Amino acid sequence: MSNVTIKPLSSETIKPPSQGGVVNWMKDNLFSSRLNSVISIICIYFLVKFLIGVVDWGILNAVFAADSSACKAASGACWGIVSDKYRLIIFGTYPGDEQWRPLIAMIWFVGLIGCSLHRSFWKLWLIPVWIVSLIGLGVLMWGGVLGLSYVENTQWGGLPLTLLLAVVGTVAAFPLGILLALGRRSELPLIRVWCVAFIEIVRGVPLISVLFMASVMFPLFLPEGVTIDKLLRAQVGIILFTAAYLAEVFRGGLQAVPRGQYEAAAAMGLTYWQTMRVVVMPQALRIVIPPTVNSFISTFKDTSLVLIIGLFDLLATAKVAITDPTWRAFYVEAYIFVAAIYFVFCYSMASYANNLETELRKGEQH
Amino acid sequence: MSEPSNSRKTLSGLIYSEKVRGIMAQVLVTGGIAFLAWYLISNTFENLDKQGIATGYGFLSLQSSFGISEHIISFDPSNTYGRALLVGLLNTVKVSFIGIIIATIIGFAVGISRMSSNWILSRIAAIYINLFRNIPVLLQLIFWYALINNGFPKPKQALEVLPDVFLSNRGVLYPVPADHPAYFWMGVVFVAALFGAWLLRRWALARQDRTGQSFPTVWAGLALVVVSVFITYLVFGAPTEMDTPVLKGFNFKGGAKLSPEFLSLLIGLSLYTSTYIADIVRSGLQSVPKGQKEAATDLGLKPSQTLVYVVIPQAQRVMIPPLTSQFLNLTKNSSLAVAVGYPDLVSLSNTTMNQTGQAIEAISIFMGIYLGLSLTISLFMNWYNKRMALVER
Repeated sequence: MSNVTIKPLSSETIKPPSQGGVVNWMKDNLFSSRLNSVISIICIYFLVKFLIGVVDWGILNAVFAADSSACKAASGACWGIVSDKYRLIIFGTYPGDEQWRPLIAMIWFVGLIGCSLHRSFWKLWLIPVWIVSLIGLGVLMWGGVLGLSYVENTQWGGLPLTLLLAVVGTVAAFPLGILLALGRRSELPLIRVWCVAFIEIVRGVPLISVLFMASVMFPLFLPEGVTIDKLLRAQVGIILFTAAYLAEVFRGGLQAVPRGQYEAAAAMGLTYWQTMRVVVMPQALRIVIPPTVNSFISTFKDTSLVLIIGLFDLLATAKVAITDPTWRAFYVEAYIFVAAIYFVFCYSMASYANNLETELRKGEQH
Repeated sequence: MSEPSNSRKTLSGLIYSEKVRGIMAQVLVTGGIAFLAWYLISNTFENLDKQGIATGYGFLSLQSSFGISEHIISFDPSNTYGRALLVGLLNTVKVSFIGIIIATIIGFAVGISRMSSNWILSRIAAIYINLFRNIPVLLQLIFWYALINNGFPKPKQALEVLPDVFLSNRGVLYPVPADHPAYFWMGVVFVAALFGAWLLRRWALARQDRTGQSFPTVWAGLALVVVSVFITYLVFGAPTEMDTPVLKGFNFKGGAKLSPEFLSLLIGLSLYTSTYIADIVRSGLQSVPKGQKEAATDLGLKPSQTLVYVVIPQAQRVMIPPLTSQFLNLTKNSSLAVAVGYPDLVSLSNTTMNQTGQAIEAISIFMGIYLGLSLTISLFMNWYNKRMALVER
């Protein structure tokens, strides 16, 4: 080891604590070394150029009115397609006068999801509230009672449909996922085999194949004369698909509950279901909330696949909007609008799940 | 939890016995599943019978009579459905394989940038990750496809980004070396040289274990591969003829082509998956305790040595399982090709089932292939995890 030279600790390795102030902050975070300075300058150059381009295109030179000839003349974006078609994109073909119904349903569910994610609402009464809300959702969307006109579900579309598929998909998959996760850890071999088979098969294939099954194969499974409409079939497909993924999330939660908890429960003479209900689940469910939110985000994004089997979700309605010859050239704006909606939903939920995870982890350390 | 022995004899004791209950539960569940399966299958056969659809995989050897825009192996409408599905499978493999490579490169670059001490670089990486992760991949694919089809110039005004490389709404056209036996033999020599490099590495490691002397394996291996392939090229007369794309009428002739369908699928899948890979890289690097790096530095290792001998071997244990599952996700997401018209396995199965009505068989084929792939990889991962698991005292 003769060729090893021992470098004295240079002043670079031991930095004095930062003095505060903008200049010092920049020195620490942007220009701490020659390489860093070069990187910072390149990054800032491209960032500024990019931002100027975006502002120019998206705001300064953009046309906001629904005027396609002005759009063609302008060099910037044409948000006219959004101001002209936003109702089609957001609500699909739901009858125009009745669009307040899906709007209320959406606001209610977004609020309910927001509340359900907050710790102070993690009580047992949340379950009946969800069940009542889902029934209310059906009444509001279908109508036909309480003086509401009947709207067939083939007319549902846009954001309400996307939210519906994702929310119902996750909520209904929740109990199924718990059962599958418990089954996978069961001591009864046959039950374990069935659960493992279901989980692994569903997780092994792409969602699109499950949706193809739901749309093409499922009608063949039913006895003659019985038909289930396409939306419900897709919904069942999404529920089963989500359940398999949630089952793995819950399995992680169950594994995180220490063995001693199971043993203590057994020592107190609790039965299997008592142990699960009173001891294991309350601990496991708390751990799995952040990954469950992430699974919901995936489901929310994945519902866009229903456009392939011909349902009109948010992405499909945007595609319909740009088939209008007036606006055909402005597909970029339409897709940006839809992407922004997806982004707001997914990003806010993801950041929330992240914060919650850190918070829960902190709680464990005390 | 053993039952008191006297309660076993009574009927109620039997009902409350855990063992009996367990068996009953299993019989009920299995019976239920069997009944459901029987019910669905008998319905299916009845329905198929009424619609006059024959069951079975006989259709695979029938003539397909449809064309496929992109194929690695030769294909024309007189070929069978079976060959069409094989073409689809190869297209799936092609886009997934290239996509995985690109996603990994971008993912590592972004993940390392995210960890950078440079504030602005790390912020840009974070924005990239959040932006491309929170928009559905299908929307991204459709967007790229629309952009290439409508936003790119027509072939007549194609952009020549590099000499003889043309960018237009027909995709990217680029020159390839014209057919010559030299290339085949270069491929053979390349594989042989790789094997030689592997032998060299084994020898070098064995010698290092024995004597402690290190050997510049990477450079020697690289030299071996490059030099041997180049010599083969010279031996076969160093062909220089190129097959270049030329504009003829409204379209290009010659050269090789990356179609808009392939490009949009590739870009969409790579960008989307790279955000997940970036996060895996970040958490992998973070999982190596700081003390390890400090200890390595104190032992006199150079930063590059620290990375290669200390950080990567430990980070890789954390990173490889989730990386594999992302690679698998990319492969599964490549089935979204059907939305942009790239002829992958699912897309061609879809065409096949529309033409033949053999929905169950066609779906079962591609589900089976994906399932086989997933199970193989998860078995491999289990083996890998066992091998890599930390052996503690």
